[in-house]
Amino acid sequence: MIGKKRHTTRLMPKKDVVDPTRGVFTRRALLLMAAQGAVLGVLGRRLYDLQVVDGGKYARMAENNRVSKRLLAPARGRVVDRFGIALATNKVSWRALLMPEDTTDIPGTIDRFSQLIPLDEHDRGRIQREMRHQRKFIPVMLKDFLSWDEMARIELNAPGLPGVLIDVGTTRAYPTGPLMAHVVGYVAPPNERDVAKVATLALPGMRVGRAGVESTQDTLLRGAPGSVEMEVNAVGRVMNELNRIDGTTGSEVALSIDVGLQQAVLDHIADQSASAVVMDCTNGEVLAMVSNPSFDPSLFDSGVSHDQWLAWTSDKATPLINKAASGVYPPGSTFKPAVALAALKAGSITPEDRISCPGYYDVGGTRFHCWSRWGHGSVNLHDALKYSCDVYFYEVARRTGMEAIADASHGFGLGTALDIELPHVRDGLIPTPAWRRAHGFHWNGGDTIVSGIGQGFVQVTPLQLATYASRIATGRSVQPHLVRAVEGVRTPLADPSHWSALDADPRFLEALRGGMHAVVNEPHGTAPKARLDLPGIEMAGKTGSAQVRHVSRALRESGHFVSADLPWEYRPHALFICFAPYDAPRYALSVVIEHGNAGADAAAPLAKAIMTEALTRDPANRTTPPGQTVADLDEF
Amino acid sequence: MIFEKRLLRPEPSFGLLGKLWQVNWLYVVLICALAGVGYTALYSAGGGSAHPFAGPQTARFGVALVLMIGVALLPPRALTWMAWPAYVASLGLLGAVLKMGHVGKGAERWIMIGGMQVQPSEFAKIALVLVLATWFQRTSSLRLGNPLRLVVPAVLVLLPVVLVLKEPNLGTAVIIGCIGASMIFAAGMRLWQIALVLAPVPFLGKIVYAHLHDYQKARIETFLHPEHDPLGAGYNIIQSKIALGSGGMWGQGYLHGTQGQLNFLPEKQTDFIFTMIAEEWGFVGGIAVIGLLLLLVFGGMLMAMCSRNQFGRLLGLGISMNFFLYCAVNLSMVMGAIPVGGVPLPLVSYGGSAMLNMMFGFGLLLSAFVHRKRGFGDPTAQARDA
Repeated sequence: MIGKKRHTTRLMPKKDVVDPTRGVFTRRALLLMAAQGAVLGVLGRRLYDLQVVDGGKYARMAENNRVSKRLLAPARGRVVDRFGIALATNKVSWRALLMPEDTTDIPGTIDRFSQLIPLDEHDRGRIQREMRHQRKFIPVMLKDFLSWDEMARIELNAPGLPGVLIDVGTTRAYPTGPLMAHVVGYVAPPNERDVAKVATLALPGMRVGRAGVESTQDTLLRGAPGSVEMEVNAVGRVMNELNRIDGTTGSEVALSIDVGLQQAVLDHIADQSASAVVMDCTNGEVLAMVSNPSFDPSLFDSGVSHDQWLAWTSDKATPLINKAASGVYPPGSTFKPAVALAALKAGSITPEDRISCPGYYDVGGTRFHCWSRWGHGSVNLHDALKYSCDVYFYEVARRTGMEAIADASHGFGLGTALDIELPHVRDGLIPTPAWRRAHGFHWNGGDTIVSGIGQGFVQVTPLQLATYASRIATGRSVQPHLVRAVEGVRTPLADPSHWSALDADPRFLEALRGGMHAVVNEPHGTAPKARLDLPGIEMAGKTGSAQVRHVSRALRESGHFVSADLPWEYRPHALFICFAPYDAPRYALSVVIEHGNAGADAAAPLAKAIMTEALTRDPANRTTPPGQTVADLDEF
Repeated sequence: MIFEKRLLRPEPSFGLLGKLWQVNWLYVVLICALAGVGYTALYSAGGGSAHPFAGPQTARFGVALVLMIGVALLPPRALTWMAWPAYVASLGLLGAVLKMGHVGKGAERWIMIGGMQVQPSEFAKIALVLVLATWFQRTSSLRLGNPLRLVVPAVLVLLPVVLVLKEPNLGTAVIIGCIGASMIFAAGMRLWQIALVLAPVPFLGKIVYAHLHDYQKARIETFLHPEHDPLGAGYNIIQSKIALGSGGMWGQGYLHGTQGQLNFLPEKQTDFIFTMIAEEWGFVGGIAVIGLLLLLVFGGMLMAMCSRNQFGRLLGLGISMNFFLYCAVNLSMVMGAIPVGGVPLPLVSYGGSAMLNMMFGFGLLLSAFVHRKRGFGDPTAQARDA
């Protein structure tokens, strides 16, 4: 009531023109409006700063917020043989993924899954780990490398496996299996060191070549990864695919190998621990490179079991090692042509010079034996090669000196680093006094003598021996090579004119070839078993037997030395090098049978069989494999 | 008693239609325009669909619009009757919230009444504006020279401020305090008194800060250093700035705002709706919305000035200040200029309770305008106008 009274009294003035309350209000309200306008103006100004002045900076942050770029693994290039037959391809494989958000009972689903596809403890641990660290809509891999059957089993039981998806991936497949394992090599998932070097290898599905051509041609075969840009939301869920660039498939690498010849060579080697290299001696193309025993290269992709690994590494026949390029052996008598060339070049002998062989050779108080106890009598170069007379070459080596022998050997590719597309290629060794001194020893005259017959410290690889045979045959400094074409583009190496002539008088080489022809074709040659049965084609070759253990004089003189009675690992290696046809050489090959005893008995027949295959298949002069037409090829 | 009789007397020259004619329809159009901005933005926030935000919000707006017009027709006298009961009720509700409120985002701010979520602090603002306007209607500015006359309005302001602070809701408490302060200021408080009141504010600020909840302190901390915790409490500010920045001058295009559409933007349909607008429409769109808000604020203030009675003037001013403070706090918040607090952009952000409150307030504002030419229940005023 009091309020009302006051109210009435206040309203008594009749003119509100003089209402001071209104005047104060208006002034102060205008002040407040100015303040309001100022505040909104400042906010507008700040909006300008945020959106226009600093807009670029925030726009970039926005783009980073929004776009997630993911790389796509490219398909690895194929490896094929010279006729296009696949040696390494990509095979579709399946893997099972679990989308955690699509199942209500994750452990139950995994249990039902493991009843179909067994999961070991390792798998389960990994699944648990990934499940904890990933968001619910990112699939977790249950099992990789599923076969068609396993995939089908999962698909059939799909209703009981909510959230389980099948994803298609690729695995590396080697249709030729162990046959080409050493040459083609194998791939394995990249390790941390690979990823540190090349970040894109971290992509799922990427593989790294670990051996063979897969390893040396890795960058060509790998291809370039594609990418897909995806719009993701704040929690990382993919909303939209913005842009996809498919990866570039790796290049197809065609090898000079004829896989048919390779198979034939392996068939002839059978179960011996041996290696053989067949080359086109005009241009150095490797047509077959066999190292036996071998292994299954496809095991490496999915992981080699411990037992399998032990079995491989404990095998005396070293299945994992490519004996043809990484195995070193004393060349034995196959070294003699190289010694002869060194002597001819040095002028220490002429082809006609005769040296008498009584069956032994005394120098500096040491007696060196010829393989023939009764000696070969007086022999010239031709005969010395034909009989493989040791005494002749003892004397020639002494006259010529080790430096000249090493030079000539290196010219033939022996003891040198050959430029072939394989990893872990051994250089071998042609010893010299300088090398010996570098290792703190004195070079004895006797070292030169034994080197003259390819014993002692001399070590070469079968690949070097085949190169050596090729160079003798053609007089060109051909290098062995395996890659014939990349993406259908031939390498210039296949052109014989690419290779320069050897630094040797052609007459000297002719003398070597004549001697090697005699080895196979003349009476009393050491390798009559290597004579070809093909009409009109003759082969030239040289046997070799390389001791792996010193044979004492007492044992040798007792007359009871029979190397076949020795334990396997003490028996000499059997070697043979050859080329054919003699009048127009095209194929050269080397054969090394580990602990095969005499080259003449073990290696020569094998070389003959392989050369016969090479000559009849004649891969160097064909564009399709024998018995096949181009139409057949298309079906591959 | 005589006043009641006069009020009940029919006024042929100022009937329902006459009142409707007096409604500031231009202002109503501006309100609808702001609601239209809200619809457009919520349509985009729903991923290019009226569901789930834009449709329901529009339905609510329709109801609220009718309510607003209805309130606009209420005579000031009826409003003064409402003032005190409403104020007491709002204090009661604020007290009830402290006792039985629903916990949302770390704060007890909501209670359910008849199945509806009510935010008593919103109600308290309107009630405070009403009660202060009523109080000053009866207290001439001439008498404000006596400081004792200020004790009652100061208590009227402080009571809801303290209760809201205890909820705790710092942002709303500051808004309520500012509304009260601006009304006392406009009512004619002496400047030396203002200086006297403002002097202890920094000291009070320290006390308030000491009593803040950890999450509120964290907000202040992250506001000062958002980069320290980009995925935690600073996330909102950083993402809002990124979204604004990615809008640039002309915007990403409607429905193509990447940050908002991809849910990087938190609470894009409520507190951060302006960010979404500014991302999609750019600086041009953002400044246009700010311009529209400024028009509404100034329009309200000018309408308040038109009134020939102190009640109408202060009512209009209080409502305009309320609207202005909402906008200013929300915009500052999304631009990272003040710590984040749950203050929506009125009529644009999704939410029914805030919209009903705001439209009710606009109804009061329009009522003050409709009845501007009248003295407050004074027959002579009518005579003067005639």
